[in-house]
Amino acid sequence: MTALEVDQCGLGASVQDTGRYGHRRYGVSTAGVMDRRALGLANALVGNSVDKAVVELALSGASFRVSGGQVLLSVCGPGTRLTVSGQSIPKHTSAKAVDGDIVTVGPPRNGFYSYLAIAGGFQTASVLGSRSCHRRSGIGGNLLSKGDLLPCLTTTATKSLCFPEGFNYNNDDAIGIIPGPQFDMFNEGVWSQLLSTRYKISQRSDRMGICLIGPRLLCDKGHDIVSEGVVPGSIQVPGDGTPIVLGRDCQTVGGYPKIATVISTDLDRIAQFPVGCEFRFRIVSKQEGLDAARRFSLWQNSLKKKVRPVGELTSNLFSHNLISGVTKGDEI
Amino acid sequence: MKNYTQKTVEDFDKPLLCYLGDTALSVNFGEQIDPKLIAQVHAFDSAFNKLNLVGVIETVPTYRAITIFFDPLIIDLEELETSVMHLASNHFVARSVGRVWEVPVTYGDGFGTDLKDVAARLAMTENDLIEAHTAPLYLVAMVGFLPGFSYLSGLDPILSVPRLSEPRAKIPSSSISIGGSQTAIGSLEGPSGWHVIGRTPIRPFELERTPPFLFKPGDRVKFRSISAREWLILDENSARGSLILDSVEE
Repeated sequence: MTALEVDQCGLGASVQDTGRYGHRRYGVSTAGVMDRRALGLANALVGNSVDKAVVELALSGASFRVSGGQVLLSVCGPGTRLTVSGQSIPKHTSAKAVDGDIVTVGPPRNGFYSYLAIAGGFQTASVLGSRSCHRRSGIGGNLLSKGDLLPCLTTTATKSLCFPEGFNYNNDDAIGIIPGPQFDMFNEGVWSQLLSTRYKISQRSDRMGICLIGPRLLCDKGHDIVSEGVVPGSIQVPGDGTPIVLGRDCQTVGGYPKIATVISTDLDRIAQFPVGCEFRFRIVSKQEGLDAARRFSLWQNSLKKKVRPVGELTSNLFSHNLISGVTKGDEI
Repeated sequence: MKNYTQKTVEDFDKPLLCYLGDTALSVNFGEQIDPKLIAQVHAFDSAFNKLNLVGVIETVPTYRAITIFFDPLIIDLEELETSVMHLASNHFVARSVGRVWEVPVTYGDGFGTDLKDVAARLAMTENDLIEAHTAPLYLVAMVGFLPGFSYLSGLDPILSVPRLSEPRAKIPSSSISIGGSQTAIGSLEGPSGWHVIGRTPIRPFELERTPPFLFKPGDRVKFRSISAREWLILDENSARGSLILDSVEE
């Protein structure tokens, strides 16, 4: 069997795909990658469809030992690097690894999550239609730890691919929100605070929720509501007034007021904001949210065409990066 | 327990619609815990799911609202809103949509660590408390928090007791608990601020079993007090994947 053996990994490493749907009415959270952009990119670089299972790493790097056969790997995420047995692989480029190789993923220097994809996708058990690990319930397996074996397919595709266009994970655009079901439990003063102040990503953030540091958002009539459905991206405000943007591991129902919802494409962005990063919210229309979702889907579907075999377009790549000036210095 | 049907819902008010970003729509029927609202939600949920609208992924019915999750690339929001408002204006008879289950519970000593305390707080004997807890036919109002965790409506108000001020990090799987005016059947081991009064050998969520989930929103539940000895036998069968209970009625 071809597999990657976990040699070392941080606390929040898990297998994730696009998530588990259809069971939320029974209390099963969707889970799924926190950043769908990196999932798509990492998969495209190894010739996969965008929904194949990957390893997600939170705030730390990891290393794996290849056993049993040859694999094609890629790593994506802000500031993350892939090393195969000591050889550093250029960013946005996949690489071959063989039996005995040590594959190292560097920490996400300018973000929160890194992703390791493998040609064919990781072959851990699919549970209720998904390979995503939901830590709280144990559905889809547990967090990764040293010695775990991640089964994968032996691949004949050994040609490294690259993504000449490059990709910028984080920019200064405000995070788009649509007012939520309890928007009117918060008075105008609270709303203007939410929209005019820069909020900061707390180090307490995880896959359940992205905790924010900033002015407290207090309801005049208390913070208890009769529990109802929530979605990843819901901004819940518990009694202490500290807003939490729910992540992909969030529960299916919640009893705190939801002042607003982060639109789906900006949930991928905010998930990658590093601890301490400051940002603003802005209100967007439902139509803007839908348009952004459509653009994201088009971008995702275009990835397969945009990746190129390494070497084929080296001269093009150079002119693109060095002369055209379309990539910023902070691009990862 | 025979022919249990809800009364006709006469004032099926217009629900409030609110989008949860670009992936879900909340259809809100009210703000309280009220058996009539729950019946409205379940009747609506069952009728809505029969429409099989293109682009709808799933729905989550709760005490007073249903959340409709959709694929923003496929959904026609105009069609969705029209269908929702049309359904809501139907003065249809909200019948019971689920099954009725008889759930065995061992109360107190080693199974419900808080039974003694709760009884003392309510100035009741443990037996009176058990009697009051096994008397009603409960409605599964909502399943959530953890897979299979079933929130029940119908607790006798005399059994209301405020939640613990400090939630516990872990309570056993399949715990029967009371929190405020609600009671619940637990599933997996997990954190809780509710008072544990008993434990059932039934496993509401068991991945290896078909079906993996036992209780559905809209089902009805009656508790039956059993001895510790009976619990052990049933738990053994349960561990082997046997369902150990039948729905009394479809």
